[in-house]
Amino acid sequence: MNSGIQIFDRTAVRQHRDRAAQKLPQVVDLLRELAGRLIERLEDTTRRFSSGLDIGGRGAVAPLLRARGIDVIACDLSRTMAALSGGLIVVADEEWLPFAPASFDLVVASLSLHWVNDLPGTLIQIRRALRPGGLFLASMPCLGTLGELRKALTEAESGLTGGAGPRVSPFPDLSDCAALLQRAGFAMPVADVEEIRLRYADPMALVRELRAAGEANALRMRPRPTPPRYLFPAALSQMTEDDGRVGVTLNLAVLTGWSPEAA
Amino acid sequence: MAQQKIAPSPPVDPRLLEILVCPVTKGPLEYDRQASELISRSAGLAYPVRDGIPIMLPEEARKLDE
Repeated sequence: MNSGIQIFDRTAVRQHRDRAAQKLPQVVDLLRELAGRLIERLEDTTRRFSSGLDIGGRGAVAPLLRARGIDVIACDLSRTMAALSGGLIVVADEEWLPFAPASFDLVVASLSLHWVNDLPGTLIQIRRALRPGGLFLASMPCLGTLGELRKALTEAESGLTGGAGPRVSPFPDLSDCAALLQRAGFAMPVADVEEIRLRYADPMALVRELRAAGEANALRMRPRPTPPRYLFPAALSQMTEDDGRVGVTLNLAVLTGWSPEAA
Repeated sequence: MAQQKIAPSPPVDPRLLEILVCPVTKGPLEYDRQASELISRSAGLAYPVRDGIPIMLPEEARKLDE
């Protein structure tokens, strides 16, 4: 599972999540809103669920599932982040899931799979952890997410230093998401996208929120040492709209797939 | 670290023990309450349990001597 190309530094992902667990109240409303939208998708099926796994829900997902009468086990790469979910928790790596086959009838991953190196491998492990007829429901940022920030940072950095390093994560294409579900053996795989515009009165608030959510840059090729002090202000000033606010796009892919019924 | 021995970790919830497997081999685990570890013979690894929370990360696991 750790073979192949390592795009993300998983130790950094874990550290970012550990640090973010304390700052999370800054972004909890947004995470709850996005988790709520995802869980609403359960209304689209008449099936009822009894035992769920919450992967990386940052305390926003588990309470929503419990409110629906579903027993929840929550896991996270960071112990402090996992603890925010309350109830039964396990520290686990999405790339090395520690759950026996057919343990759950629902697996939810709200904005938690975009730092995974081996997404196909993770999806296969999730499918195996589901009982036949179980549902996998996930949201993840896809192509176009933070596109404004990526462009502005690249332009600002090449203006300042004559070069630019990757500072925004690469996100998959929507069609890739559906294909990955299919390849992982899910039945009736569906991926659709919701475009969400986030606007900030203070440009640096965007960067602070990303850090508070544990979404700081964890690319293995991320530029080090710390970016030039002028880089972020310079980039963000280019992104400012007429009313002085900064807007970024979150293209939220919603993925659903069913574990095939036993033959 | 010595303090951890005096005050052993609370036990792992039986509902977790029912479904946990070794993340590396997906093989069964043995629960050693005394040592607060979940032992995977198939991987030769012992995963720590801290405050009743299983830490199922290969990089945090202790290598078995045998």
